[in-house]
Amino acid sequence: MDRIPILRMGPVLLVSIQVDMHDQLALGLQDDLSNAITAHGTKGVLIDISAVSVVDSFMGRMLANIAGVARVLDAITVVVGMQPAVAITLVELGLSLEGVRTALNVEKGMAHLQAVVASAGALSHSTDDADGAD
Amino acid sequence: MLTARTEQLPVREQHDIVSVRQVVRSWCLALGLGLVDLTKIVTAASEIARNTVDYGGGGTLMLEELRDGLRVGVRLVFEDQGPGIADIERALADGYSTGTGMGLGLGGTRRLVDEFDISSTPGVGTRVAITKWKMR
Repeated sequence: MDRIPILRMGPVLLVSIQVDMHDQLALGLQDDLSNAITAHGTKGVLIDISAVSVVDSFMGRMLANIAGVARVLDAITVVVGMQPAVAITLVELGLSLEGVRTALNVEKGMAHLQAVVASAGALSHSTDDADGAD
Repeated sequence: MLTARTEQLPVREQHDIVSVRQVVRSWCLALGLGLVDLTKIVTAASEIARNTVDYGGGGTLMLEELRDGLRVGVRLVFEDQGPGIADIERALADGYSTGTGMGLGLGGTRRLVDEFDISSTPGVGTRVAITKWKMR
């Protein structure tokens, strides 16, 4: 059975969706990512959807679920590279991906994750009340 | 109005939803639809195809290329022989943005297309037709 590969880059997991996903593949990715976050103690997940030409409500919910599960497992998720036509369609469809962080491209998403991971690291070394960005 | 060509696809299982997206995309590219309109109709087709598989017990999609004076269009007719929808008004309520409705996503899908037509008879089945037009 096919799977979406999950790459590990230090404290971050990287997923690039390059195929038109059927529902089972999307659900498999959700499971695999949850397991990988737990197994590696991952703090950040980056999902690149720049090659995805359609995000329907199922896939939108899948992205929101991944972000939600990751948050409960103490990791943050950034979805990057959404095509403008996909963004327009999603909003018109009534899905705004609330709770999902986004960035324009992989570079910006990675910078954001690294900043969050670094501040989380600093936080674990001191109990001072840091800025507490959610 | 003239129907220039038609094609029928099965909409029975998950993989068929992917095929529906791909065939609708290639039809709309051939018609010269812009990227945003193309993305909207492919997304709408994906939504309806999923309902056909998940709630309708599977069915068919008929694609129709339409010519009407100065405009061309694509009409997608999804039909199933499933349990049907008893309360169409409720099904069309916007389930995603308001938390009401049946979660079929029909309200949102309707916004993505130029024409949206649904008829359903409990115990007999459901037919949903969506159309997107482009000026020639």
